[in-house]
Amino acid sequence: MTCEDVLRELLAYLDREVDADTAALIDRHLQSCRGCFSRAEFERKLKAHLEASAEKPAPERLRARVKGILDKF
Amino acid sequence: MDERDRRWFADEVERLTDRLYGTALRLTRNTEDAEDLVAETVVRAWARIGELRDRQAFEAWIRRILNNSFVSEWRHRRACPEVALAASSLDDEGDSFSLFEQLHQPFLLWWSNPEETAIANLLREDMDRALDGLPEAHRVVVVLVDVQGYSYPEAAEVLGVPVGTVRSRLNRARAQLQRALWRHAQEAGLVPGRRE
Repeated sequence: MTCEDVLRELLAYLDREVDADTAALIDRHLQSCRGCFSRAEFERKLKAHLEASAEKPAPERLRARVKGILDKF
Repeated sequence: MDERDRRWFADEVERLTDRLYGTALRLTRNTEDAEDLVAETVVRAWARIGELRDRQAFEAWIRRILNNSFVSEWRHRRACPEVALAASSLDDEGDSFSLFEQLHQPFLLWWSNPEETAIANLLREDMDRALDGLPEAHRVVVVLVDVQGYSYPEAAEVLGVPVGTVRSRLNRARAQLQRALWRHAQEAGLVPGRRE
């Protein structure tokens, strides 16, 4: 697999949305290509930042509102 | 459902409130709407609790209710949902922007690892602002796949679109997101010059 091939599939690979054969080929390429490995690590970290963006303390008024709803059940 | 079930449900909701709120905020971009969405989700979840087969899957199940509530409300609010979901006309800068390529300038590599530095300096607010700035159709797909970890078929089912549409929206959304982060980094003086 060439670097161009890997970069085309990289984000789908990181999303675990490529088939097993393609994933294995990309794994093998990343083990030996520092450029593509760096790119993969960068995109992975950016994705982790996105995932972390959902962590947000709920305001007290929402907690009180939810508690009020739950108390009525 | 007895008192023990109710107590279990309440404990789970309280445990997940922060995460539900954070996701709702990413979807709605508005604290009041996010709070309404969470409250509505809790009510709907309780009404449908009999459908939950596996308590271990409660978080995934209630997040699905939250996402579906948002998407159905979003469609309802649109006068022309087909036009709104097209979305791509809002971005005429293409879908091939790469933040990594912008940062990976050879002269920078002499004394630093610019990609590592950029990631390390990425503030929570930078990401929030970039995500909130995406067109709605693109933001929602990023929130489903990147923020909540939905698979492409799962996101397609929530959105009522083909998997191919999820894939193409995701590509465009990510390019737009990275372009926004790059612009912010330039404006903040975190990266040298303009490469574009």
